[in-house]
Amino acid sequence: MKPFAYARPSDVAEAVREVAAEPNAVFLGGGTNLVDHLKLGVARPDLVVDVRTLTSREITDTGDGGLLVGAAVSNSELAADRRVRERWPVLTQALLAGANGQLRNLATVGGNPLQRTRCVYFQDVTTACNKRAPGSGCSAIGGYTRYHAILGASEQCIATHPSDMAVALTALDAVVHTEGPRGARTIPFGELHRLPGDDPSRDTVLEHGELVTAVELPPLEMARRSTYRKVRDRASYAFALVSVAAAVDLADDGTVRDARVALGGVAHTPWRATRAEEVLRGRRLTDDTARAAAEAELADAVPQPGIDGGNAFKVPLVARTLTAALRILTGREG
Amino acid sequence: MPGTDRAMDADIRLRVDGELHELTVDTRTTLLDLLRERLGNTSPKKGCDHGQCGACTVLLDGERALLCLALAVSHDGAEITTADGLAPEGELHPVQQAFLDHDAFQCGYCTPGQVCSAVGVLSEVDRGWPSHATRDLTAAPELSTDEVSERMSGNLCRCAAYAHITPAVQQAGGAR
Amino acid sequence: MTELLEPRAMGRDLVRRDGVRKVRGTATYAFETPVESPAFCHPLQATVARGRITAVDTTAAEALDGVLAVVTHENAERLASTDDAELAVLQSPEVAFRGQPIGVVVAETSELARQAADLVRVTYDEQPHDSVLSADRGDLYAPEKVNPGYDTDTVQGDVDAELAASAVRVEQTYATAMVHNNPLEPHASTALWDAADGGKLTLWDSTQGVHPDRKAVCSLFGLDLERVQVVCPYVGGGFGSKGTPHANVVLVAMAARALPGRAVKLALTRQQMFTMAGYRTPTIQRMQLGADRDGRIRALALDVVEQTSRIKEFAEQTGVPARMMYTAAARRTTHRLAALDVPVPSWFRAPGECPGMFGPEVAMDELAHALGMDPVELRIRNEPDRDPETGQPWSSRHLVECLREGAERFGWAGRDPRPGVRREDGWLVGTGMASSVYPTMRQAQSTATVRFEDGRYVVEIGAADLGTGAWTVLPQIAADALDADVDDVEVRIGDTRYPIASVAGGSSGTNTWGSAIVEAARQFRGKFGRRPEDGDEAQGSVDQAATDDEHATYAFGAQFVEARVHADTGEVRVPRLLGVFACGRIVNPRTARSQFIGGMTMGLSMALHENSAWDARIGQVANHDLAEYHVTVNADVGDVQAHWIDEHDPYVNAMGIKGIGEIGIVGTAAAVVNAVFHATGVRVRHLPVTLDKILPGLP
Repeated sequence: MKPFAYARPSDVAEAVREVAAEPNAVFLGGGTNLVDHLKLGVARPDLVVDVRTLTSREITDTGDGGLLVGAAVSNSELAADRRVRERWPVLTQALLAGANGQLRNLATVGGNPLQRTRCVYFQDVTTACNKRAPGSGCSAIGGYTRYHAILGASEQCIATHPSDMAVALTALDAVVHTEGPRGARTIPFGELHRLPGDDPSRDTVLEHGELVTAVELPPLEMARRSTYRKVRDRASYAFALVSVAAAVDLADDGTVRDARVALGGVAHTPWRATRAEEVLRGRRLTDDTARAAAEAELADAVPQPGIDGGNAFKVPLVARTLTAALRILTGREG
Repeated sequence: MPGTDRAMDADIRLRVDGELHELTVDTRTTLLDLLRERLGNTSPKKGCDHGQCGACTVLLDGERALLCLALAVSHDGAEITTADGLAPEGELHPVQQAFLDHDAFQCGYCTPGQVCSAVGVLSEVDRGWPSHATRDLTAAPELSTDEVSERMSGNLCRCAAYAHITPAVQQAGGAR
Repeated sequence: MTELLEPRAMGRDLVRRDGVRKVRGTATYAFETPVESPAFCHPLQATVARGRITAVDTTAAEALDGVLAVVTHENAERLASTDDAELAVLQSPEVAFRGQPIGVVVAETSELARQAADLVRVTYDEQPHDSVLSADRGDLYAPEKVNPGYDTDTVQGDVDAELAASAVRVEQTYATAMVHNNPLEPHASTALWDAADGGKLTLWDSTQGVHPDRKAVCSLFGLDLERVQVVCPYVGGGFGSKGTPHANVVLVAMAARALPGRAVKLALTRQQMFTMAGYRTPTIQRMQLGADRDGRIRALALDVVEQTSRIKEFAEQTGVPARMMYTAAARRTTHRLAALDVPVPSWFRAPGECPGMFGPEVAMDELAHALGMDPVELRIRNEPDRDPETGQPWSSRHLVECLREGAERFGWAGRDPRPGVRREDGWLVGTGMASSVYPTMRQAQSTATVRFEDGRYVVEIGAADLGTGAWTVLPQIAADALDADVDDVEVRIGDTRYPIASVAGGSSGTNTWGSAIVEAARQFRGKFGRRPEDGDEAQGSVDQAATDDEHATYAFGAQFVEARVHADTGEVRVPRLLGVFACGRIVNPRTARSQFIGGMTMGLSMALHENSAWDARIGQVANHDLAEYHVTVNADVGDVQAHWIDEHDPYVNAMGIKGIGEIGIVGTAAAVVNAVFHATGVRVRHLPVTLDKILPGLP
């Protein structure tokens, strides 16, 4: 591990100034991703600016039925919050589907959506990776692609975003509050992450020195009927092969008035499934509807060949997982 | 080199198993390496060093946490309880006694982490925290087999004593 | 036939003697050995899969304040023996696989050692590498023997003719994945070289045998045995991977010798354990099974293809259990190897039996299905009354009893054999079973000392406890051998100061060490009677591998599994695992149960999860950590039950015991595959059983 200087500023403004002033500086939150990457040599900062205790650790009502969640709130605290459990169960479920209890106690709301891909080549500095070392190539293409993208990938990068929480926040139209060198701003959650395109080194639209200070959960009545269905290679403590965050507003006759769907494990971003939502609206929630919605969303899917058969299985798996998730929301089996 | 005017080490205070330590640490040092390689407290184990096995689980400021991903410098003032600090010498914490009763381990390497994790689990259940196994998120969770198994899943046991670990945690939970 | 010891302490459900230390975390593992101001090592690894190092630049690393040594092939000491190419590290610039150790950095702190390792620049003349295992390679070869000395090929009768005459045939290819042992405690050591008086090396090493470890180190470095002491009171799991020393031991010893008087510590990172610590070869198993309508097997053939490294041969004996498990009019087993540019494979819990009871036991299920016969009944119908391979009588064989009791306990009776027809809450439900077997082995050499000390019996033997319970069960054996109260017996193990003991491998430890202890106790009582005086001491040894050459000695078992497969997603859950074993006398039911359920659960892990995804383009395991290489977690495990039948075997040893450490993993994966078939109708023949293999067959 390369040596680095460490700073613990007294407030957010100072932290932003410190990082902005040093091109090779990073923020440290819970550390669960950064320290991992420091050891691997994936992250090689000169300066680490500790914000673990700077941002808010409060979850406050916004007055309109929403919540403002401080960036320093732990994943565990957010998952356990009574208001979240009742009004946004998909978020509690997504949080609890991620990592383990020990990590959730350390990991923060501000840091979790910014965790970097689990692509095995990104994590191995002895292999080529355009995200880690721009221009070096992509080892994942044609390699171990089981956890890689089927949507929105580029010839430069086929990595997926690993956060479960971020999939739920995408479905819930959450808003990210940041403070940066150019002041404070808010970013719709669906616009926080970016597709790899020609520059996979950037996961998000955040500028250097821009710090997530809070995540806002807007009121969403239909989220009371929401769920997170994660499919993985073992029963717990594993990243998603595919996951679905879904919320539906059902009319009395069972037709879908409105829906929110986001997918995990399929793209460089948590994937808002707007095409699927469009198909669901106005239809009754049957398995056929779910399949049609998935088909629409996956019309442009590009499976990746690779070791052990690649990831083509994700195309049917998305449809099947969406089916399973929507069954849960209508109280059917599964 | 930018940043070189800043120190690459820092002074911190830690309380480990009741004992106060005042130390100068390399900014890179994790709490795990600090305990194991400098303080001689090897109760928390290193199994993966990347948050993937749970062997370094302790109670960090009262909550179960992994030491391998915690930079010491970031936890100035922290209070750490390892499995060895859960009970005075010559005594055992109810979780430890339950692990003995159920033979909930073989090689013992993951065991201190399992024990600390279990202590954290029981506290989390007491506070009504749900888990991935919780069906009704609005109800108080119970110490069912499914609940305990899910909550203990962040602690790998390669000897695979899981079928004994779960009832041990349930026993300790019932004994509270 | 042996007069069996009267069991008084044996058979008791005693709590582990090392239990309190383990639940508190005060049991000291190798890396944790308290020594004065230790230095820390970090290995350097090759980043090409085949080639030659053309230059190593250590300037920047050595310039770092606090770096004590950078050892590479350019300055490493020449080893006295380079016969074992896996251990002959830093002896040449040649690179035989990616991740091979090419140096070691020693520094004042672990952070510095790692930083310095990053700063070493290595250039290579890279050569084309080849690491793709397949059954149609042109360069497959027959090894002279398979581990540890079995015949490579066997043929009995005319397989082709019997196959042609069979009413029902199963001809399929099965495959098991490359898997890594991954004990939770990484391979680790603390080493101190004291240069005075010609030198002495103290090595606190995580090993399954301090004596074999010492012997290997002495041979490598040209040292007399008395110049090396190996200490290892606790092992954080081994599963075969610490049965023989790996390159990390050579590196730490070299580092210690480069810094006389300074203790050095080296622990492999989890990532490094995927290249340096051994693994189980992937296996390709071509299986042919032919039977009459009544289920009697006429032809049984298993042709195995597997890999080894180009620099060192390890031939897993995958075909061996098929030689003795069932009757067959004709039989063939073969092993062929591909020598590839890959890390060196080695022992992994039940080498041979574990993969070798996958293909055949799934094939038996396929045969039962084709015959419309119950798979338990099919096995009973092919029960041999003698060892089919040697013609010897069994010392004891109670497979049928295990099958019947397992079926009874599991609730097998009345099972609807139709696949894919049971559905509960969105899950497809099925059951499956398989047989288990493991040979009962004793190693040829072990010695124990019994001494009377302060009113107690002290037994010393350089044995190992990897969680197996040796600290607890050896006193039980000693107590009965001495006819003493177990509380009056202290057993000391894990140090070469104690008499020689064999490796804890092949489920032979308790058998071998216990036999030595029984002999020592006999000598002791013979010399000193029942009223010994303080300091009285006697030794006893075993000096042959078996007490009895007339009998075939094996432990048997039967495993039953319930599997649930999600009808939408193909996720697999195994809520029930039940095993019944016939393993002679059980010395301690508490530690034995942990051995059985641990083995069975590891078998579940093999069935559902474990897969070192080999990236042949670069020559390494792609998923080389514990986040991406999955082993079972607690939530994967439901009701796991191990039972055993009372088995009296007077031929195996004076205790009447068989090994129990490995049989639990044998057969489990086949039982899981068979249950998944019963649940879904999808037959997965290539481990692990992941959902992508099931999805295409789901409705």
